[in-house]
Amino acid sequence: MDLLTMIAKMSEGLGRTCAIFFLTLLFSLPLGMIVALLRMSKSKVVSGVVRFIISVLRGTPLMLQLLAVTYGPYYLFGISISRNKLIPVVIAFAINYAAYFAEIYRGGIESIPVGQYEAAQVLGFTKAQTFLRIVLPQVVKRILPSVTNEIITLVKDTSIAFTVSYQEMFTIGKQIANSQTSFLPFVVAGVFYFAFNAIVDFVMGKAEKAMDYYK
Amino acid sequence: MNVLRIQNAEKHFGDLQVLRDISLTVDHGEVVSIIGPSGSGKSTLLRCATFLETLDGGEIDYMGEAAVRTEDGKVVYAKDLNAFRRQFGLVFQNFNLFPHYTVLKNLMDAPVTVLKRPKAEVRGECMELLRKMGLEDKADAYPCQLSGGQQQRVSIVRALAMKPQILFFDEPTSALDPELTGEVLKVIKQLAEEKMTMVIVTHEMAFARAVSDRVIFMDGGVIVEQGKPEDVFGDTQQERTRQFLRNYQQ
Ligand SMILES: Nc1ncnc2c1ncn2[C@@H]1O[C@H](COP(=O)(O)OP(=O)(O)OP(=O)(O)O)[C@@H](O)[C@H]1O
Ligand SMILES: [Mg+2]
Repeated sequence: MDLLTMIAKMSEGLGRTCAIFFLTLLFSLPLGMIVALLRMSKSKVVSGVVRFIISVLRGTPLMLQLLAVTYGPYYLFGISISRNKLIPVVIAFAINYAAYFAEIYRGGIESIPVGQYEAAQVLGFTKAQTFLRIVLPQVVKRILPSVTNEIITLVKDTSIAFTVSYQEMFTIGKQIANSQTSFLPFVVAGVFYFAFNAIVDFVMGKAEKAMDYYK
Repeated sequence: MNVLRIQNAEKHFGDLQVLRDISLTVDHGEVVSIIGPSGSGKSTLLRCATFLETLDGGEIDYMGEAAVRTEDGKVVYAKDLNAFRRQFGLVFQNFNLFPHYTVLKNLMDAPVTVLKRPKAEVRGECMELLRKMGLEDKADAYPCQLSGGQQQRVSIVRALAMKPQILFFDEPTSALDPELTGEVLKVIKQLAEEKMTMVIVTHEMAFARAVSDRVIFMDGGVIVEQGKPEDVFGDTQQERTRQFLRNYQQ
């Protein structure tokens, strides 16, 4: 197989790689906020349970979590393994990334000086208005660099979908590497990931610039 | 009518009693300064009056309406506290402007969002207030682009834009370099001349003496002495006040 055929075949999986990437972000970014707010709940039980769940999600490999989500329902309840592996992949990724985003959000929210809340309260803003108008915009600016780091990791983590044979770019590359006994597909995959992350870097850099208008 | 009436206010932090049976009324147009050593409870009193801290006992009325009551030893806050928050403004030591908003948005956001007043009208009023403070060219600047003195003047305008009945200041110049305190004190003096009702916690004794109708000396969570500035500073009655003022002059 020549290099161009190889690239063409692996490109067919890029759509699925992008699907994992964008769907994971779509679900995990908001889910992370819900988790963060629960984690900061006044109820010790709620915050304790959420804290434990977060530590499990961050303390065990994503690969294991993916296997559990994909095959767990079959072994536990005899539910047949879904044909479309995208669903378990996105579920596992979204939950895992939500745990990381939640901790980033929490750090950001807790870094906002208490004086901002007090000023808003004295002016008569409701709790929701204070959070949405005063706190959240400042949090977004503060956490953007950490979120960028997670997004870059996510690009590379999409390759973990090969463990459940979801036909994304890396899985195809690995299959070609096996059948052709060639290392070249891995080089191609590396170039793909690097280019993908160059785009992520560019976009997030623009976003950070856009928020540079205040300190 | 009293703008503010506090009766028998009590506040504890754990075992520490910070306010002991504080009673205080402020009349319309009156300027009251509160002085006293560090830890005497001055900030706590302002924070209780502005609902940033909850009282353990006592009563607070604004414009004759009960905001806080004590019934059978239980402190009860009025249901609609925001209605009372409209009556007062608070200027913080470290400004607490919203850094992601321009100066004008800092001023307009609460009147428009909280009071639901028409934007154009609010904008006109806020620009007028900025002009009065000599800050009209800063309307589109962000707080981080202003000096400390300018930020504090903006935060005073932010409070004024809500058209409060009474303004509280908690050491409005303590976070400023000495050369910047003058411009802020000038603004407060101007407000005093316009008969704005104000309660000012300050360590600026000369200023308190010049601007106040009444000076209150607090120590250990109680009002030790109060009266006209010339009396409190010139004809001090209490030994504790005398001691405090003596330390201050050194
Ligand atoms: N949130 C809090 N928790 C526990 N103790 C507090 C709290 N806030 C204030 N205190 C304590 O209450 C006492 C009164 O504090 P307060 O800030 O009212 O004093 P102050 O007169 O404003 O002093 P300063 O001139 O230093 O500002 C102090 O002993 C302080 O340590
Ligand atoms: Mg204080």
